[in-house]
Amino acid sequence: MEKEGPDGLEITELRLGLPGGDSSSPEKKKKRVFSEMDEENSSTDDDRKTEVVGWPPVCSYRKKNSNSRSSKMYVKVSMDGAPFLRKIDLAMHKGYSQLAFALEKLFGCHGITEQVPIYEDKDGDWMLVGDVPWQMFIESCKRLRIMKRSDAKGFGLQPKGSLKGFIETS
Amino acid sequence: MNYFPDEVIEHIFEYVVSHRDRNALSLVCKSWYRIERCTREKVFIGNCYSITPERLIQRFPALKSLTLKGKPHFADFSLVPHGWGGFVYPWIEALAKGKVGLEELRLKRMVVSDDSLELLSRAFPNFRSLVLVSCEEFTTDGLAAIAANCKSLRELDLQENEVDDHKGQWLSCFPDSCTSLVSLNFACLKGEINVGVLERLVARSPNLKSLRLNRSVPLDALQRILTRAPQLVDLGVGSYVQDPATETFVKLMNTMHKCKSITSLSGFLEVTPRCLTAMYVICPNLTSLNLSYAAGIPGSDLIKLIRHCKKLQRLWIMDSIGDKGLGVVANTCKELQELRVFPSDNIGHHAAVTEKGLVAISMGCPKLHSLLYFCHQMTNAALITVAKNCPNFIRFRLAILDATKPDPDTNQPLDEGFGAIVQSCRRLRRLSLSGQLTDKVFLYIGMYAEQLEMLSIAFAGESDKGMLYVLNGCKKLRKLEIRDCPFGDTALLTDIGKYETMRSLWMSSCEVTVGACKVLAKKMPRLNVEIFNENETADCELEDEQKVEKMYLYRTLAGKRKDAPEYVWTL
Repeated sequence: MEKEGPDGLEITELRLGLPGGDSSSPEKKKKRVFSEMDEENSSTDDDRKTEVVGWPPVCSYRKKNSNSRSSKMYVKVSMDGAPFLRKIDLAMHKGYSQLAFALEKLFGCHGITEQVPIYEDKDGDWMLVGDVPWQMFIESCKRLRIMKRSDAKGFGLQPKGSLKGFIETS
Repeated sequence: MNYFPDEVIEHIFEYVVSHRDRNALSLVCKSWYRIERCTREKVFIGNCYSITPERLIQRFPALKSLTLKGKPHFADFSLVPHGWGGFVYPWIEALAKGKVGLEELRLKRMVVSDDSLELLSRAFPNFRSLVLVSCEEFTTDGLAAIAANCKSLRELDLQENEVDDHKGQWLSCFPDSCTSLVSLNFACLKGEINVGVLERLVARSPNLKSLRLNRSVPLDALQRILTRAPQLVDLGVGSYVQDPATETFVKLMNTMHKCKSITSLSGFLEVTPRCLTAMYVICPNLTSLNLSYAAGIPGSDLIKLIRHCKKLQRLWIMDSIGDKGLGVVANTCKELQELRVFPSDNIGHHAAVTEKGLVAISMGCPKLHSLLYFCHQMTNAALITVAKNCPNFIRFRLAILDATKPDPDTNQPLDEGFGAIVQSCRRLRRLSLSGQLTDKVFLYIGMYAEQLEMLSIAFAGESDKGMLYVLNGCKKLRKLEIRDCPFGDTALLTDIGKYETMRSLWMSSCEVTVGACKVLAKKMPRLNVEIFNENETADCELEDEQKVEKMYLYRTLAGKRKDAPEYVWTL
């Protein structure tokens, strides 16, 4: 069904990404600590598609106001050894692998493979990140901490389902 | 010709209300034209640049209610750059100067400054109804002027506007003497409002039938407001967040039992899904339900709610409802006439809607006549089935998220599917296409879509033939908007007389050249042919062979407009 225009380009060829840009998603570029998140990889194609101006034809007011969380969910993130804490908006992320990527960006890749993410929940208990579904996690997470793997030695850190790949198993 | 005195004809004309009928009356003979124009109170202007306000006032001295539309439809999708036009101030100024007894003003996609609202509020003592849809530039200061100065205000309806919040207390500007409110919709406002002021306003508005709140109104305030306004017919809930195990929630549940008049429900801009149970008691009365901004309600809770809504005629929902949920709608809402399914952000593939949901709806809801459906995929077979089940479509708008996706089962374009729709739905007036489409679909549209008035095309077609099929075949076409299609100069110039029978034509990212646009503009003086050149400077010469990025042409009696920004070239 391809037709060529006067300049040799296919008329109906569509670039669904940014002009000239390589539309590989951040997922692919990440260090492999947070790699095999099944739920995230399938969103790769959709990421590219959302970059066409004005498609899907949703009016701009609706685009701005249809987010699932109106309130932001900023929580503190501490990393062992770092001189200060950071804050991250959990509402901005759609799953564990996006969160992982954001944490990597916040703290750089300083020995990220040697670290274990934990969070304090509503009851004040410190929990391993990744055991519960994402939605449940963001509703109960009060703060995050990236602790040194060495401090967690001896505790069974066999990753469950959604956590697979989130923590490197040695 | 006239066997009756004018007064009798005038009286008869009172019963003729629709714009089209009135327009038809005015064409019968000179004296009917005269009588009609002197008695017309409501005027609809689909393109504010098609006529000057002075000319309007001259023709219709009894004008009381005016509807104006500004920017082209594709402005909704960020395709029209900022500052294009659609300013309402000159209209209000002219109406004020002409001492028009304006009572109602309805604006869509227009630029509304605070100054215009201020002037509006002062110049028309009988002003009572302001409806602003998808407008911009005004702030809460302008709203304060309306509230303060319009002594007999009945309706203030703000829909999907971008409003700057200036932290003033606009709601407090309604004087204590204002007791005439029938409709108040401020759901699109981002800022805080004084809840006490709102409650007192509701308390002194016994005629209030429609109330749509914004996010800043919490659930406990909602409960108190509903207690004071059990006569409400249309409710837009703002914030609906609460722990169901509280007394406040129990109070709300009880209050809902008294709200038997509510037939239209919307909002839930932030929501605790478990609290939706309080709404179940009014669901059986609902004819209209708009949860398209309630992104916080998961599909399962949407389904639970809808099971109670057996009388629903209009449903606006997000695709988190899923195909299964649409199946529930099909089984429950047998009176459904209008359905809109919007795409949600955070959704996994398994919960999105596909052709299956639409087919289910078509089987369960035979009265369906208006559809806007965002989906991940569509098949020809499904469209053919839908066409068979629902021959009554007036509006059919399909938006596949991947704009050029073929039928996933057969890998074919969707020509046959849409062809079935236009062939079966003889009353179709509005159509939006998507998916992989060749020239064939336009052949079908030209052949069968005899009542079609508005057509939206994106990423479709193969050659000029496509556009020509439509221009030749659709005799009632009024608005044609095209983006990213291989239609060029031949298509544009073959039947230029056609454009005077239409309101407007939009073409962007097509194959049309500057030269062709110039030719068209020269031959048709009653068309404004606008070209947008966002990258060129004002004194840059336009080469004839250059492709036009965006073109918007419309018929007009007002000549070239004087308020166009630098990047708009009217040829």
